[in-house]
Amino acid sequence: MTLAESLSRPARRSRPKRRSQWKGLLYIAPAMALVIVFFILPVLFTFWMSLHKWPLLGAPKFIGLGNYIRMLSDTRFYGALGFTAYYTVIITIAIFALAFPLAIFVERQRRMVGVYRTAIFMPVVVGLASASLLWVWFANVDAGFLNPLLAWLGIVDLKTNFFASFDSAFFIICLMVVWKVAGFTMIILLTGLQAIPTELGEAARIDGANRWKRFIYVTLPLMRKTMALSLILSVTGSILAFDQFYIMTAGGPQNKMISVVYYIFNQSFVSFNLGYGAAMSLGLLVILVLISIFQLWLLRVGEERP
Amino acid sequence: MTGKKEARARRALLGAGGYHGTGILLAIFFLAPFAITILSSFRHGTEARLPPIPPWPTTGFSLDAYRGLDSFGAGVWQHTLNSAAVAIGTALLTVVVSLLAGYGFSRYRFMFKNALFVLIIATLMIPFQSILTPLFIILAKLGLNNSLIGLTLVYVTLQLPFSVFMMRNAFDAVPKEIEEAARIDGARDLKLLVRVLLPLVLPGIVTVAIFAFLNSWNEFLAALVLLSDNSKFTLPILISAVRAGRLGAIDWGAVQAGVTVMSVPCLFVFLLLQRYYMRGLMAGAVK
Repeated sequence: MTLAESLSRPARRSRPKRRSQWKGLLYIAPAMALVIVFFILPVLFTFWMSLHKWPLLGAPKFIGLGNYIRMLSDTRFYGALGFTAYYTVIITIAIFALAFPLAIFVERQRRMVGVYRTAIFMPVVVGLASASLLWVWFANVDAGFLNPLLAWLGIVDLKTNFFASFDSAFFIICLMVVWKVAGFTMIILLTGLQAIPTELGEAARIDGANRWKRFIYVTLPLMRKTMALSLILSVTGSILAFDQFYIMTAGGPQNKMISVVYYIFNQSFVSFNLGYGAAMSLGLLVILVLISIFQLWLLRVGEERP
Repeated sequence: MTGKKEARARRALLGAGGYHGTGILLAIFFLAPFAITILSSFRHGTEARLPPIPPWPTTGFSLDAYRGLDSFGAGVWQHTLNSAAVAIGTALLTVVVSLLAGYGFSRYRFMFKNALFVLIIATLMIPFQSILTPLFIILAKLGLNNSLIGLTLVYVTLQLPFSVFMMRNAFDAVPKEIEEAARIDGARDLKLLVRVLLPLVLPGIVTVAIFAFLNSWNEFLAALVLLSDNSKFTLPILISAVRAGRLGAIDWGAVQAGVTVMSVPCLFVFLLLQRYYMRGLMAGAVK
């Protein structure tokens, strides 16, 4: 009997079926209890809360679709959506622009390649909060490292306050996120690169394709699935961004750096409009589920191609 | 002929030089911020407000920055202990719960088995950021608001999709024959699981534990929302309060010390158990 057959064989036919059923459920019970209490229930509860005016203290009041109507006419919510979309596009492009060359750089087995891979990956394992705190100090005009470095290189003035204007603060945040995340995207892309049979590249070379052409016509098409996966991870992660804006700019110059999650956080836990926060959470959820569906579609497209 | 050979050798040497030059520059870019922060955190208190040029202590090694950090909240030891309790608690509980669930899903048949498995995995589709508001209320109803235990339970739940998936695959890879043999020898149920199967799925357990530890040690938003008592704060919340400053002044030395205290355990765990970490990453990516 092969391993696959033995694995798909029904478990323990000889034992009484009822008893085995009961035992299996017992094994998964703790996991199910946690998922139900701390996940399924909250998801259902979000919907219930979104139909109420729900203050922190005092009784919730049913207001039907009031929160949703408010959401659709809330210009600050649209502002947060707009900023989040802007951030997501810029940061995704920036991450890929660095991670793809990095993946190609560390793909071939050469001496020291393991050391370089590990070095590039190190920022991934610390928290986004730690990275934000590190870089907010790094880019501080009085006590930081970036000002003296960039002034020495002649790029900016020594007294430039990066966090005073939107564009420079946004640049610093993007620099921090790229530093923190590029190693992760690199490893995902690396798995895709390594899955490509070397014979294909060889064959293309014999046919006279140069390095650039091989990359465009052989490597990229075969990387569709991996690219889709890392793209989706990057996009959903960016849409949920919060830590860096909260820690590094506290919402940024003129409150221009409020992401969607940040705005929901403010409404729910600073202004204590918990019902309104729940309604916006569901709005965010719908957006993310749509993106997940788009992801599945993208992955299927990837499979149809040879 | 020899001229051609020499030219090729020189080109190979140049290529290798370019490769390693690039590699070293990249390594500096990704590692220098850590090195500078860690070294700077040992400067004297008077140097802390100055740029780290040079980044190492020039007037002798000092723990001023750590003393400064200790003056915030309930002291750095208490907050490190909070973080460690939550992270280690999450890792242990995640391992136990996903070990049992993985075993159940791999070896038993029961009603709605596939539906329940998909349900656990499907929670990955819903970001926890969107259920924080009700979670806050539910924890309050359970008397677990503002408690490290409540936070740990939330973290365990967030780890479950990945962990149950990992553990089920680990058990699926164990040949049934081993189990049958142990059964003939008289090992049953939990005894069989702990004595016979546990060592066989140990790599999976290590992977699950590393991810649970790192994610809960580093998590920020849920801790910020669910903990309101100053003395309960985990490290990320404490250090972000330090960064917000007291009376308009920011103690950058304490921020450097805080970043060091938060990052070093992560870097250490990763370097020590890199193989298991990468396995988990691949499993997640290939899935």
